[in-house]
Amino acid sequence: MRGRPLLYTSYPNEMRLFPTTTKRVALVLLLIILFLLPLKLLPLVGFLGDSDWLILIDRALIFAIGALGLNLLTGVAGQVSLGHAFFMAVGAYTAAVVGGEPGSTLWGLEMPMWVWLPAAGLVAALIGILVAPTAVRVRGLYLAFVTLGLVFIGQYLWRNLGKIAGGPGTGREWPPLELAVWRGQEPLISFADDGPWFGVDMVRQGKAYYLLLFLVIVFALLAKNMMRTKVGRSWASIRDRDIAAEIMGVAEAKGKTQAFAISSFYAGVAGALLASFFGRLIPETWDLLLSVEFIAIILIGGAGTITGALMGTAFVVLLPRLVEDFTLWLAELAQGDSIGSSLANLIVATDAQDFGLISTTAAGPGLSIFQLNIVLFGVLIVVFLIFEPLGLYGIWIRIRNYWKAWPFSY
Amino acid sequence: MIDSLIIAQAAQGSDKLVNTLISGVSLGAIYAILALGFVLIFKATQVVNFAHGAIAAFGAYMVVYFATVLNFPGRFLEFLPYTAQWTLSALLAVAVTALLGIVIERLAIRPMIGKALFAVAIITLGLDLIIRTVTNDLMGNRSRGLGDPWGADVLQFGEIRVAEAQIVTVVVTVVLVLLLAWFFRTKTGTAMRATAFDQEAAMAQGINVGTIFALAWAIGAALAAVGGIFSSVFPRGAAGVTPFTAFIAFRAFPAVVIGGLDSIVGAIVGGLLVGLVEVFVASYAGGVSWLGTGFAGVVPWLLMMAVLLVKPYGIFGTEEVRRV
Repeated sequence: MRGRPLLYTSYPNEMRLFPTTTKRVALVLLLIILFLLPLKLLPLVGFLGDSDWLILIDRALIFAIGALGLNLLTGVAGQVSLGHAFFMAVGAYTAAVVGGEPGSTLWGLEMPMWVWLPAAGLVAALIGILVAPTAVRVRGLYLAFVTLGLVFIGQYLWRNLGKIAGGPGTGREWPPLELAVWRGQEPLISFADDGPWFGVDMVRQGKAYYLLLFLVIVFALLAKNMMRTKVGRSWASIRDRDIAAEIMGVAEAKGKTQAFAISSFYAGVAGALLASFFGRLIPETWDLLLSVEFIAIILIGGAGTITGALMGTAFVVLLPRLVEDFTLWLAELAQGDSIGSSLANLIVATDAQDFGLISTTAAGPGLSIFQLNIVLFGVLIVVFLIFEPLGLYGIWIRIRNYWKAWPFSY
Repeated sequence: MIDSLIIAQAAQGSDKLVNTLISGVSLGAIYAILALGFVLIFKATQVVNFAHGAIAAFGAYMVVYFATVLNFPGRFLEFLPYTAQWTLSALLAVAVTALLGIVIERLAIRPMIGKALFAVAIITLGLDLIIRTVTNDLMGNRSRGLGDPWGADVLQFGEIRVAEAQIVTVVVTVVLVLLLAWFFRTKTGTAMRATAFDQEAAMAQGINVGTIFALAWAIGAALAAVGGIFSSVFPRGAAGVTPFTAFIAFRAFPAVVIGGLDSIVGAIVGGLLVGLVEVFVASYAGGVSWLGTGFAGVVPWLLMMAVLLVKPYGIFGTEEVRRV
């Protein structure tokens, strides 16, 4: 059936994970590129292998896991959740207690990573199941408020549970990303130390990159499989018309509880990885902004699709860096005396007296780069929802269809 | 923040119960005003406005700007007493905030008519980020006094001490509720109720639904501004509007949900209930050490979850009619 990619001759063919040759080739190419990325072997974008970029990319990979989870709950099962940050925190603190070092004021069991990482997901999933009865009873917008409440209740808990979360303002140390057989033993593989790997010199962010990339691929395949089989289809039917789904024999309460549990599992693992990767986080990390960031990711990427969730993550996590670089470039430009520099001078304020919408110093009158990024998030959420509800994925589909039908695209 | 001040006040008077009650009612009145604006917007336009807190903080900051920075219109009306000058500034701030509500409705809500409710709710979350960040930047990320005429003045009735700001809060709330009740009986108010009931049928009757939407957002934003102003002058000794003011409206959300998202009566009852519960917990459970700090802040949320388990649409909320 060469040249007729939309013709499927059997149902299993249509349901395959990667149905067309183009997709398979693209996937292999993508994997090769992703594999070479931290080795600085890529032409043009070799700088992505620098450790400051790798930190960002690792962060994006961790966020991708969380976004895949929220995508299952909100995108596929249609349950609006603002509580993703709460479930990430549950996972992170489980990891800290199971894997962390005990102290005079801290609990810790010093278990290896193959214990604390699954434990983080499982405990978060359990909490998700505990919350589910309230969430199953209420519908639609009321659910948004219940999950919003979770974030505030969580923040109160992390501030006060000093034995788990460490002191306010300081937080606690998380176990490093190291794979050991059992507690107290030398790690078999360490993802948290600089040093050579198979004779290749690597920074620790590069090593963590491979671990995280592996996890993202596993979790993405898992999510894709769930979406095309029974459980995912029952979620989609609940999202599209819940009463009709019930009449057709889909157990609504069971489906919603499953969605909550699995999405919380993803969130828990993502939270544990995030905390472990950065080593030390304060309780205030798990706030509403983090939840909104995840909502932004799946909406900007395109709700209900795996590709969308991944694209959204890359976009949302890498955007702040691009904004920062652009602002600094503008500030540099403003020092000169061309036409462009006077324009840049209007936008950027370089000191407290200078006028400008963005200021590179804390004392400046305009928005700081951090504030600018938050405002941009807000603007992006609004703009995408109004003009492109299908997100980046929708844009990509439109571009693809244009070229697919070329030269008859109209 | 607000908790510790309430405790301090409640503990001062020897008649703890009455003082706690007064604090609770006045805090509840603030929540009720915020909840009223929220419910009004939801009822008329079916939009859950997560930006309500940010709008409230914006309104409070506008008072700072007009009353203390610009001294406008007070600088032209120096023959008036300070209270009148400040009130004029505050009214101006409320009007500006109502204008902000109209702008929001025009730019971000109007294009979304007919789209999923969830999508619009997320849009308001985005607006919340924008308005909150810009307002915080305008106020310089520090607390700013409102320069209100009541300050720390207290009326003493024997053992009972009442801050003047508290009395004003409660009186203004009562007046606003009465005004709203009257408004719903006017022609425009009836049109708004009709729009809330069925937009298409309202259009068929010759009601301009777009204008009603704009009006609902203007009134909602104005109410948010009033709530923001009073949560910044109250309780006495409060530092004024701060980057955290926006989160006070987040505390009004449980009040809204407990009362039911689409119930005006529910907003008032829920607001008072949440205010009372919060103050009573802060004042009577404040000494229980294992509860830690900030427990009073989460009690409304716990109460909300408990209520939703029993009544999934809040106490006064209309149950959604579910069709296949």
